[in-house]
Amino acid sequence: MESVIDIRGLSLAFERDGHRTLVLDSLDLSIARGAFIGIVGASGVGKSTLLRVLIGLAKASAGEVTLSMHSGKRQPLALVFQDARLLPWRRVVDNVSFGLEGGGLSRAERRAKALDALGIVGLVDLADRWPHQLSGGQRQRVALARALAVEPEVLLMDEPFSALDAITREGLQDELVRIWRLTGKTILFVTHDIEEAIYLADRVVVLAGAPGRLAADHRIDTPRPRTRSTEASADVVASVRRHLGAEKLIDGAAI
Amino acid sequence: MTDLIASAPARATGSGAASGAKLPAAGLAAAGLLVFLVAWEVVPRLGLFNPLMLPGPSAIPAAFWSELKSGAWGSAVGSSLGHYTIGLALGALLGVVFGVATGMSRLAEEATAWIVRVLRPIPGLAWVPFAIIWFGVNRTAAVFIIAIGVFWIVFFAAHGAVRSVERDLIEVADAFGFRRWHERLLKILLPAALPGILVGLRTALGQAWMAVVAAEIFGVPGLGQRMMQASSLLATELVVVYMLTMAALYGLLDSAFVALQNWLLRWKA
Repeated sequence: MESVIDIRGLSLAFERDGHRTLVLDSLDLSIARGAFIGIVGASGVGKSTLLRVLIGLAKASAGEVTLSMHSGKRQPLALVFQDARLLPWRRVVDNVSFGLEGGGLSRAERRAKALDALGIVGLVDLADRWPHQLSGGQRQRVALARALAVEPEVLLMDEPFSALDAITREGLQDELVRIWRLTGKTILFVTHDIEEAIYLADRVVVLAGAPGRLAADHRIDTPRPRTRSTEASADVVASVRRHLGAEKLIDGAAI
Repeated sequence: MTDLIASAPARATGSGAASGAKLPAAGLAAAGLLVFLVAWEVVPRLGLFNPLMLPGPSAIPAAFWSELKSGAWGSAVGSSLGHYTIGLALGALLGVVFGVATGMSRLAEEATAWIVRVLRPIPGLAWVPFAIIWFGVNRTAAVFIIAIGVFWIVFFAAHGAVRSVERDLIEVADAFGFRRWHERLLKILLPAALPGILVGLRTALGQAWMAVVAAEIFGVPGLGQRMMQASSLLATELVVVYMLTMAALYGLLDSAFVALQNWLLRWKA
């Protein structure tokens, strides 16, 4: 299958107090177009850093990233942060249209696109609310709509549901799968929750160690719609846990 | 955030008691004012104080009315509000520009650090001699004095507000490809810093009013000058009229500003 992102020998080091800390060490990864990739790993393993490099918030120290995009978009990738990071002084609809500004669209066109994106996440009714009037789950859905509004080819998601309560989280997981099937976007979903990754993704990539290295790469063939029971994928869960390392088991699985 | 949530129920239960006590509180305040006015009226009448030195409140409405009829009150108010507005606007604009620039750029901050250190402690009124030498005793001099006072307040407010904008929000702009300085400024920094800048502006509003009166006491036409004229003629009831005028105008401006501020910050929780 054609790959949309090709990562070759990617390394990243932070310089702090004259100390050089390697966060990612020669990572190779190919992402197929339209795939739903789960990236799991313990805190500090560099999985968020990987997304930050892809979106341009951090600079790689070595290696290269090749993006093969179809459209000549200014912004072919969009990132959903762990916390929604809505701009509190903008109404919901204006938060969603944020990324469309400066793209030559009229105000009315931006609003129409933003309302479309809000429709996808089911929040059209809240378009004129202020962010502080929303619940945590609604805020994260607005953040997802903001990313979808720019019609990116790849959606990067950095533990987007980890701060939500279990019921909201499960609802949003199902919604994300529905949106993925609806839009056919490529999704890179970073999480420290193994079950979440296995429930959502086609392919689960495990980062482990310090500096972070590619420790395992599993295909998840469970047919959709999936159940939350991990029986079918018990062997994958076990294998992922093994790769995360026993000492990181609790951290990786429970939260 | 957590504070707000935690204190909300406490305030809710407290407000029940407060609304019950609201009427007596207002009544008490009115009674207090009445006692004050009566005392003010009685003291000169009892001969405890020369009525020429301290006119009773009953003398004020007539003095106000004649001053209003002659047109002197209106032109004094107009003149004061004129240089107040211009000085405030000028000082605020420059304060925001320099405050934001030094807040955004380390280079600008470091380059101006010592200039700020030298000029900042000079009291606004210490500029009066130069204001008179450069401009004479006129409106321009008043605008200059007012603008200087306002400038420093707004400068520091804007600088601090821009400096404390959350890194996380700037990253949102970066992630969506808005990385040029003016995109950051307009999309993130200015709106995020607005609450802090408005707090500075409100302080400046009061500071500028003091500067107006000071400049006018030196002879620039306006409320202060008219008040000094009245005082030299021992028309003390007119002095009181202008004191109360200043209080009323300031109260009005401040309330209007707070209303504007609340509207601009209606997105806040």
